[in-house]
Amino acid sequence: MSTALQEPQTETVNYLNAEYGWKSWLFTTDHKRIAVLYLISISVMFALGGVFAGLIRTELLTPEGDLFNSDTYNKVFTMHGVVMIFFFLIPSIPATFGNFLVPMMIGAKDLAFPRINLLSWYIYIAGALFALAAIVMGGVDTGWTFYTPFSTTYSNTFVITAAVGVFIAGFSSILTGLNFIVTVHKMRAPGMTWGRLPLFVWANYATALIQVLGTPVVAITLALVGLERAFHIGIFDPAIGGDPILFQHMFWFYSHPAVYIMILPGMGVISELVTCFSRKGVFGYSFIAGSSLGIAIIGFLVWGHHMFVTGMSMYAGLYFSLLTMFVAVPSAIKVFNWTATMFRGSISYETPMLYAFGFIGLFTIGGLTGLFLGTLGMDVHLTDTYFVVAHFHYVMVGGMVLAYMGALHFWWPKITGRLYPDGWGKFSALLVFVGFNLTFFPQFILGYMGQPRRYHAYAPEFQVLNVMSTAGASVLGVGFLIPLIYLLWSLRYGKPAGNNPWGAKGLEWTTQSPPTTFNFDETPIVTEEAYAYAKHEETHVG
Amino acid sequence: MSMQLPLWPEAASDIAVDIDHLYIYLSLVSVVMSILIFGVIFIFAIKYRRRGDEVPEPIHGSLRLEITWSIIPFLVMLTFFWWGAKIYFQNAVPPPNSMDVYSVGKQWMWKVQYPGGQREINELHVPIGRPVKITLASEDVIHSFFIPALRIKHDVVPGHYDIMWFNATKPGRYHLFCAEYCGTEHSGMVGWVTIMEPADYENWLAGNGSSGTMAQQGERLFEQLGCSSCHTQDRQGRGPSLRGVYGSRMQLSSGQTVVADDAFIRESILNPNAKVVTGYKPNVMPSFQGQISEEGILQLVVYIKSLGTTNAPGAPTAALQLPGATGRTTAALLAHPDGGKQ
Repeated sequence: MSTALQEPQTETVNYLNAEYGWKSWLFTTDHKRIAVLYLISISVMFALGGVFAGLIRTELLTPEGDLFNSDTYNKVFTMHGVVMIFFFLIPSIPATFGNFLVPMMIGAKDLAFPRINLLSWYIYIAGALFALAAIVMGGVDTGWTFYTPFSTTYSNTFVITAAVGVFIAGFSSILTGLNFIVTVHKMRAPGMTWGRLPLFVWANYATALIQVLGTPVVAITLALVGLERAFHIGIFDPAIGGDPILFQHMFWFYSHPAVYIMILPGMGVISELVTCFSRKGVFGYSFIAGSSLGIAIIGFLVWGHHMFVTGMSMYAGLYFSLLTMFVAVPSAIKVFNWTATMFRGSISYETPMLYAFGFIGLFTIGGLTGLFLGTLGMDVHLTDTYFVVAHFHYVMVGGMVLAYMGALHFWWPKITGRLYPDGWGKFSALLVFVGFNLTFFPQFILGYMGQPRRYHAYAPEFQVLNVMSTAGASVLGVGFLIPLIYLLWSLRYGKPAGNNPWGAKGLEWTTQSPPTTFNFDETPIVTEEAYAYAKHEETHVG
Repeated sequence: MSMQLPLWPEAASDIAVDIDHLYIYLSLVSVVMSILIFGVIFIFAIKYRRRGDEVPEPIHGSLRLEITWSIIPFLVMLTFFWWGAKIYFQNAVPPPNSMDVYSVGKQWMWKVQYPGGQREINELHVPIGRPVKITLASEDVIHSFFIPALRIKHDVVPGHYDIMWFNATKPGRYHLFCAEYCGTEHSGMVGWVTIMEPADYENWLAGNGSSGTMAQQGERLFEQLGCSSCHTQDRQGRGPSLRGVYGSRMQLSSGQTVVADDAFIRESILNPNAKVVTGYKPNVMPSFQGQISEEGILQLVVYIKSLGTTNAPGAPTAALQLPGATGRTTAALLAHPDGGKQ
């Protein structure tokens, strides 16, 4: 037992109160403060993207396009996608919880490059400002996919401004990834071998590889879109000698792996939650860790499954379809191992665990419906319909956002030192689950019926299912608002959390809550594997 | 508010029925998998709920289990892959006896023309019981030709021709949607496909008079644009005679050969220097890029086809009918990166 494990009697010195004033935040190099800066920034972007989502669902309450004109609707769904994907989902878990936890979980004082970490936040803010500027000036209407030659030649909106925003934000993602890779390689505490790393660290490490290797490709692609739009250089527009399909290859070469940037850290969170709330070591540690790397690698080889109806070679279609089946295997391995971890466990149902249950259910449905889309003949009918919209929301919201909410509720006591009311937490988790399914399940049916995505007005026979979807979105919105209220409330009125309110394993729980600026008074020495719940002695310190 | 709640789209083609069977199979497997996983989690969550301060012993894993739950799902997925690929390949190649229809996507409408010269907008009329091959072109951005009742869809990418085909089986009126986002009125780029009994279809064709067949319209364009002054009927003109050219294998001055299909003719009109037939000089023919619509080019293609076809030895009548040859002219783009003189 070290002093760090004793309950703080009064307000102790921690990373939040070590320094005061706006300068102490804007010039901080503390990974935990930068994580908080990211948490605030991406929450603002999430709220903005959520408002756009609400506007979309309100318009789609009736078949006629009556709330906005078509141009406005097209801008609204574009900005929903751009904001949610590039400014919320991609940075979400790595930049907040990864930033906060990776150094603490491996027993380090900070990331390897604390100043680069701060720089990545400023770059993110600069990118976000460009995106916001594009919205304020009048919006973008290309869809988040920026397909050519519409984006390069035909759209009359602020494409370059938005593309510059995404281009800049990409560098923030690259720097975060770089920082994590070096940190995990070089900063592990004595005894923290690769085989003892928490699975959350493995997941963020795999994510970092994709961020570093994939993001430059989307940066180049968007730069070419901007150049073609400004100077008509003839890369993508066939009227000036370009090839529009080349854009799709380049875009999806990044944007499919980007799906794994979004989901892998979420899978890492679920591994932490399932073990903690089963109070039991993880089943198949090396398979869960290895499957993260497998997903990162195979994920780079499947991009063509977005292009089965573009006139791509049929034989290329065979290859991409087969590899898509292949990449599903490591995801399935994770689900089975989480399930096996619960076997003969001691399972409790606090709020974070409810989100973990929700994740496993919704991600399973998202993954299985992804197989429909990876099946060649099936995809011909389903692609570009609401089936695709439903599928990727099951993965991105049902998977990633639920994991994010689970992480927020799990590590909130560590980050803030306060407890939130668990009853409200459970209630809102239930609302999110019910609201989510009501919003997106009808969209699978709509898609098979043939309703195309990105439609401002739709055929009247699709209305009932759309009304269900909009009703669900309202419930979902409330489900996200309630945590906002009680979490802010807890900052002031929440009970002190103590160092380890969940009885969890992991070095981050051996520190005080909130942690001190350098996390550990003395560098911890690790003598046991991850999730050693059955061992009663604490991790040795000092 | 319309209170109807349709849950299954109508199936009006052979392939639609096949795809429905595949969809039912995929759905059943998914439901079984989900019930297994959720059921096991539910049972564990109840049976092993926390009762006190017990700390369960860890179970580190089992290689046998890991292999089992990797291999079995993968084998099941291979059945998805195989079935889906089978339908995709069947769907890729139009039968040789297909009836031709031509459609041009344009912000924000579908223009349709028939070999008999009939034309319509956002409407497509086809008979049952005959394969119909639609040659698709885009005047501007990428569109996608989607008929849910037939379970088929194909992107219409500017710069080359795309091909789709179907065999309709059930008369009726069905939705035609643009499925690829194409700008302001994307959701207004919709229309109707009318599938008719063959006799009704013949009546419909006859009742929609037109100013000549597509070939005749093409011939008029051929005269108006001055094509005929070089491409004379004999072999004395500055350009090759086009009689009997369609479908033949052309020797190019680069040493390559190419089959004179729709894509080649289109490219030769818009970018004549990309592939010059041996014995003729480059830089003689001007590019017609920007001077002729995609509809006009299709009329010229049909006209040139009407001048007689040759089946090149070992070559199908159109490269598009070769599995794997997709009609994309990437080779032409590579051969001519500047895309011709603008």
